[in-house]
Amino acid sequence: MKAVSAYWCRTRRLTAWLLLIWALLTFVVIWFARELNEYQFFGFPFGFYFAAQGILLCYLGIIVYYSQRMSALDAEYEIREE
Amino acid sequence: MLASLTRLQRYYLYYTGIFFGFIFFLAVLERAGMPPRWVGYAFLVFTVSMYALIGVFSRTTDVSEYYVAGRRVPAFFNGMATGADWMSAASFMGLAGTLYLQGFQGLAYVIGWTGGFVLVALLLAPYLRRFGQYTIPDFLCARYGGNAIRLIAVFAAILASFVYVVAQIYGVGVITSRFVSLQFEVGVFVGLAGILVCSFLGGMRAVTWTQVAQYLILIVAYITPVAILSWNVTGVPVPQAVYGKVLAEVTELEKKLFNSPEEIAVRALYADRADLYAQKIMQLPHSLIQERERLSIEINALKASDAQMRDIVALERQRRELPPDPAQAREQWEKDMYLALDRSKPPTPHAEPFPGETAAERNAQRINFLALIFCLTVGTAALPHVLMRYYTTPTVAQARQSVFWSLLFITALYVTAPAYAVFAKFEVLSHLAGIPIAKLPGWVAAWSKVGLVSIEDINFDGILQFAELSLNPDVIVLATPEIAGMPYVVSGLVAAGGLAAALSTADGLLLTITSALSHDVYYRVFRPQSSTQFRLVIAKSLLLLVAVLAATVAAQKPGTILSMVAWAFSIAGAALFPALVLGIFWARATRAGAIAGMVVGLLLTLYYILRLEFGGYSWLGFADGTLDPWFHLKSTSAGVFGIVAGFVTNVVVSLLTRQSPQTAEFLACIREPGEGR
Repeated sequence: MKAVSAYWCRTRRLTAWLLLIWALLTFVVIWFARELNEYQFFGFPFGFYFAAQGILLCYLGIIVYYSQRMSALDAEYEIREE
Repeated sequence: MLASLTRLQRYYLYYTGIFFGFIFFLAVLERAGMPPRWVGYAFLVFTVSMYALIGVFSRTTDVSEYYVAGRRVPAFFNGMATGADWMSAASFMGLAGTLYLQGFQGLAYVIGWTGGFVLVALLLAPYLRRFGQYTIPDFLCARYGGNAIRLIAVFAAILASFVYVVAQIYGVGVITSRFVSLQFEVGVFVGLAGILVCSFLGGMRAVTWTQVAQYLILIVAYITPVAILSWNVTGVPVPQAVYGKVLAEVTELEKKLFNSPEEIAVRALYADRADLYAQKIMQLPHSLIQERERLSIEINALKASDAQMRDIVALERQRRELPPDPAQAREQWEKDMYLALDRSKPPTPHAEPFPGETAAERNAQRINFLALIFCLTVGTAALPHVLMRYYTTPTVAQARQSVFWSLLFITALYVTAPAYAVFAKFEVLSHLAGIPIAKLPGWVAAWSKVGLVSIEDINFDGILQFAELSLNPDVIVLATPEIAGMPYVVSGLVAAGGLAAALSTADGLLLTITSALSHDVYYRVFRPQSSTQFRLVIAKSLLLLVAVLAATVAAQKPGTILSMVAWAFSIAGAALFPALVLGIFWARATRAGAIAGMVVGLLLTLYYILRLEFGGYSWLGFADGTLDPWFHLKSTSAGVFGIVAGFVTNVVVSLLTRQSPQTAEFLACIREPGEGR
């Protein structure tokens, strides 16, 4: 098997970081929802707001960032498909 | 500005314009005195014929068009189609109601069903697109080799999809029977026709373009009523932004109401009732005989006196409906006992996460919540009908962008659902609870007739207490137009939206099942030499067959099927996700490892579900009764064990077996463009 290429290495690193952020948001922040409800946010208890809206916006952010970084990576390695 | 748009964008802009014009036209007609029933018919006929038109224009005889829409669907439109594909009748009708009933706890569905798309974007979509075949089993087979894995994947895909498609057709039956008062069975077959006009002639190509059309209808239909309600209550028509204020008011009302003496008294009455059932169950079979005797004596006493005939008939019916034998009595009374028990508990405040009396109870709730999120997330990322959609974009980069559009369009609905729940709860707490039963608004009576709302004056004070009201989850979305006093045209719009949600999902699922059978089983395994023409004939006839089969099952009104849908996520996640992800990211994964992982994951998930839900049935081989849940987890989270076991088995067996030589070449193609091809 040949050595892992730089493109794949960087793709993998980006994926791992974003997955880590996803897991932290989903499983660690939500774990503390009870405690976060002590704080107010635009009239919402913050724990409730984060679970109902905040986390969805973060998910969208993760996907946009991934898509942009990968396009930049494609351009850097001069990859064009079909 | 119009000229800068693509042809497709212009088409859908015209389509949206026509749709709004149609709604406006109907609203005017209703003002002029058109009966509500006709409004319902007009919506049904108009939307289904729109879909049929698109379906006929997209007909095709090309295999690539039939299975993957010719891979020419732009990211934006694929996102919209995925949105409609993804959002089922349950998302449209059930989610807001679940959130109403469970408060914060229901948010697990919102988080899990959207979080899944993060996994799709990062781990699957770009690689599936780069691989560029037709189905998910295709991918697994190419990665690991051999037909065994293809057949296991086909089995898992069909198992997860079939229950799901039946539930969609059932949903169509419910909507048509309620809004245009067709008979349920007739409604089911109208739904079948609606599904077939989209998919039969044009396969994926037709399904894609009708799904885009259906998304537009369903999102307008979902947001309109709650926006009007929000305008009525707060003066701002953006419910998603302002429901925080309403939530604060709901919390205040809850504090005041839940501890009022009347509510506490009603809950005590329900607790007594639960105790009574518990006693009766303990004294079986004796209590059943006693119950029958008691009724007989009462009937005879009534007959001897000159009582009303109506009372005697009512008592006789009660006697007739007594369970015939002790086993059924136990089942029936246990159900009644749990219902009463549920109502005897103090309700939890809407915004409170992980409610519980003790710290241990709260922790069990918290673990269940996170486990359910995990299952739904992984399940979403492994459902074949969603993943298939990412085969249809022109490029890998577009597949990545397309996941973003998908999630954006899905989020539009999922951000609105909690607002629905809060506004509905506000209406109930401020306008229903504490009101004399004779003075309740008209919609309560209308929906109790259909059995979706029920009120029981258990303390005979003539006033409705919160604990005396029970709502079916579906009613929240369906009845909001009436709650806010909107004209019937809005109700018709909601029905059309629910119909669009159910039809679009059913189409995607049907296509998945069909392609698994016709492409994977027939063409790849049995007849690799068959001609393209003949493959399409097979695909179309199987589509017809599966659709009719699903409609026939749905027409039987299988009540349990709706709860079975939640299991589809666990099944798909446990069977497919580990093999797919390890196949892409871990070069060392072998065929034996993948097969072992899929089988173990699938079996463990099925075992846990069956054992927990059907433990009492000895014919399944579980003589010792129901299993105690592991870590307090419910059967909807069965996938937690299956997914973990699937990963572990895959890794362990892979390390023990030897890698096949073609893996490196395959991975080079998948991970990086331009090599090996």
